[in-house]
Amino acid sequence: MTLTRRWRITLRAVALGYLALLLLAPVGVIFYRTFEHGVGAVWDSITTPAAVSAFWLTVEVAAIAVPLNTIFGIVMAMALARGRFRGKWLLNAAIDLPFAISPIVIGLALVLVFGVNGWFGGALADAGIKVIFSVPGIVLATIFVSLPFVVREVTPVLREVGDEQEQVAATLGANGWQTFWRITLPAIRWGIAYGVVLSVARAIGEFGAVSVVSGKIAGETQTLTLLVENRYGNYDVSGAYAAATLLALIALATLLAMTLIKPRREENE
Amino acid sequence: MIAATNITKRFGDYVALDDVSLEVPDGSLTALLGPSGSGKSTLLRIIGGLESPDEGSVQINGEEATTISPQRRGIGFVFQHYAAFKHMTVHDNVAFGLKIRKQPKARVKERVDELLGIVGLAGYAARYPSQLSGGQRQRMALARALAVEPRVLLLDEPFGALDAKVRAELREWLRRLHEEVHVTTLLVTHDQEEAMSIADHIAVMDHGKIEQVGAPRDLYDQPANSFVMSFLGPVSKLGTKLVRPHDIALSQHAIEGAAQAMVSRVVHLGFEVRVDLMLAEGQAVEVQLTRHEADELELSSGDIVWLRTAGAAALRA
Amino acid sequence: MSTTALTRRATARRPAWRSSGALGLGIATLWLSIIVLLPLAAVVARGFDGGIDTFWHAITNRQAIAALRFTVLVSLLTALVNAVAGTLIAWVLVRDRFPGKRIVNALIDLPFALPTIVAGLTLLALYGDQGVVDIHIAFTQWAVLLAFLFVTLPFVVRAVQPVLIELDREMEQAAVSLGAGNWTVFRRIVLPNLVPAILSGAALAFARAVGEFGSVVLISGNIPLKTQVSSVYIFNQIESDSEISAAAVATVLLLVSVLVLIGIRGLGRWGARHERALAEDGR
Repeated sequence: MTLTRRWRITLRAVALGYLALLLLAPVGVIFYRTFEHGVGAVWDSITTPAAVSAFWLTVEVAAIAVPLNTIFGIVMAMALARGRFRGKWLLNAAIDLPFAISPIVIGLALVLVFGVNGWFGGALADAGIKVIFSVPGIVLATIFVSLPFVVREVTPVLREVGDEQEQVAATLGANGWQTFWRITLPAIRWGIAYGVVLSVARAIGEFGAVSVVSGKIAGETQTLTLLVENRYGNYDVSGAYAAATLLALIALATLLAMTLIKPRREENE
Repeated sequence: MIAATNITKRFGDYVALDDVSLEVPDGSLTALLGPSGSGKSTLLRIIGGLESPDEGSVQINGEEATTISPQRRGIGFVFQHYAAFKHMTVHDNVAFGLKIRKQPKARVKERVDELLGIVGLAGYAARYPSQLSGGQRQRMALARALAVEPRVLLLDEPFGALDAKVRAELREWLRRLHEEVHVTTLLVTHDQEEAMSIADHIAVMDHGKIEQVGAPRDLYDQPANSFVMSFLGPVSKLGTKLVRPHDIALSQHAIEGAAQAMVSRVVHLGFEVRVDLMLAEGQAVEVQLTRHEADELELSSGDIVWLRTAGAAALRA
Repeated sequence: MSTTALTRRATARRPAWRSSGALGLGIATLWLSIIVLLPLAAVVARGFDGGIDTFWHAITNRQAIAALRFTVLVSLLTALVNAVAGTLIAWVLVRDRFPGKRIVNALIDLPFALPTIVAGLTLLALYGDQGVVDIHIAFTQWAVLLAFLFVTLPFVVRAVQPVLIELDREMEQAAVSLGAGNWTVFRRIVLPNLVPAILSGAALAFARAVGEFGSVVLISGNIPLKTQVSSVYIFNQIESDSEISAAAVATVLLLVSVLVLIGIRGLGRWGARHERALAEDGR
């Protein structure tokens, strides 16, 4: 199919125009709005105690959720790519659930299990553990929403690499653990890296599920995304823009990381 | 010596190996020859411990090995597609098994250098597999398998992914290497020419069973059945007999008991001349002559000739 | 299906050199069950806590049903727009050449990387009452569509792109050599090969839109019976301690998600069969 020059340029213009109006213009405006009163005001706005605390809470939550999901993701991907067992299709389907479910439903689900009146609520309260309206709840919500990324990135890479290298390693005397560390892991490292980047972005950016379980206590259970909403709700629009810009910069860094990792991930294919 | 005894292996309903027994003599280079799906690779993988048999046992040098993991079987395994460790240099690939065995560094380097010399990759230690040709990768894979001084070497279609010229070179090279290293070797192939040119023993497999075992020449000259006969070389059917095309003699004079046929085509293939004939009862037969024989007969299409078997190998169809 | 049955089976079938994964699989499955499956079961259980009548009442309540209908309709529209725009963008990114293409390609993933609340705020900054341009669609139903289109942009593009890259150009050249014009080539050759990818991308976009919360919570205005979407409705029910009512509507959204997932799996199988058939033709 070879289009005439005019057609090609028309299609290009329509596609790029759509992207510009939908994506670039809004994101550009928020940068503009944020910095229209100067960098100093922005700096002050993102270094208030509430903002700093929100930043560190966000980092802390991601630092717990992402490693757990990475380990889970690698184990699950190995099972899905290499194992043969009954119920594999069911497990495979269940892993995609967090992608398809509303974050609000996820938040509600966690409240119903771990909340004061939830299934485990009594037992947790007796043990003196507060999950909902507290940091553990935010961590659980974050784990839930970012659960599938590493599995979904690593499984196809494992399939692509195949298991012959692992078999050779076994015939050369390597045990399962040695084979995993020396052969399997190096082969899938860029797939893992890609999944981790996606998980980090989702962990930092999660809003709906976290807003249900957090209780939104400033300085305690307020993450960066909750801070944005809180400031906007309190008519601190420029403060909301500043925090949003910080998050947008993290998103751009994510995109950059994705672009750098992608070609290396595809080397295996 | 490798001894596989009464091996049966099923994948679901499919019987890959049906009560198969095989002995590979010490120091031999034995080929498992058969069409795809004949079970030859499965048998090799069971001997290597990469699959476990449903029934039967494997012994290596007289020791029971059926339940021993591949790590401790003392085997070297080479795959059709090399299974190179892509993230390691050639040196690290070959050194892998030695490092697993925690050999001292100096010893590892010495051994790797020695092996790279043997397989003709002396200058390539620092390269990555992606920088090697297919033939070089496979030689690296062989060096890697030999590094751990295996009791037996198992090769699964080792030249199957290479082009014809490199394949012929590597065959010769493996033959010489085997004379040097003399490790008991079992090689899986579907290429009868490869098996004939390289192996001192051949086991022909079909449908999960071993049809015949023997020296290449014996199999060719005294095939146990029509499958072995036709798998090892071209076959012509003369009446109710299966004959090699070069074992049919032609005569321009009527001979008692010989079949009468008409020449339909003469094809000159250099040294060899192929003659297509049509028997009186309408059956097509192919005959191979040397150029010299063909010249003497001065054959051309439409000539009437008489056929009789001249060689030893003939089977009832 | 119990975990032990699952692991025992795995061990029995595997050869000795890779028997170690069973324990890991068991733990990973347990983890998935506690974090994901158990809480989702709790939603359904809580939704039916008051019996089927209460459940039915909760989801047919005037506001709830209005929110559900509005959400599904706008999500369908989102899927439709994405199917067209996403395919066009994918086509331009694969077949066209222009300076800055790599950057545009990377930017497609921005909605995945950008927190949804930030997405909502940026749309508000541009198209809101104090917006920079003179289009004031904030707090209207169009605003919800806009937010949905923003967050679901990558799905169809990323589903169609790889298929388009792999698509055999010789097939198109053969059609052209047989006298087909561009439109015919697109309709009869290119499009049929893209359909499974377009459908599964659009289905993912639909699922995402139905559950979307962060990007619409600011810009929709949450006007009941008008611009309120189901996720916001559920959120309000949670805030006002109407757990059963929240869980009932959540159960409906959950059902929609599961149905879409099943549909996508079916599509995947269809696509694979399609490809296999093509591969066999090629032989």
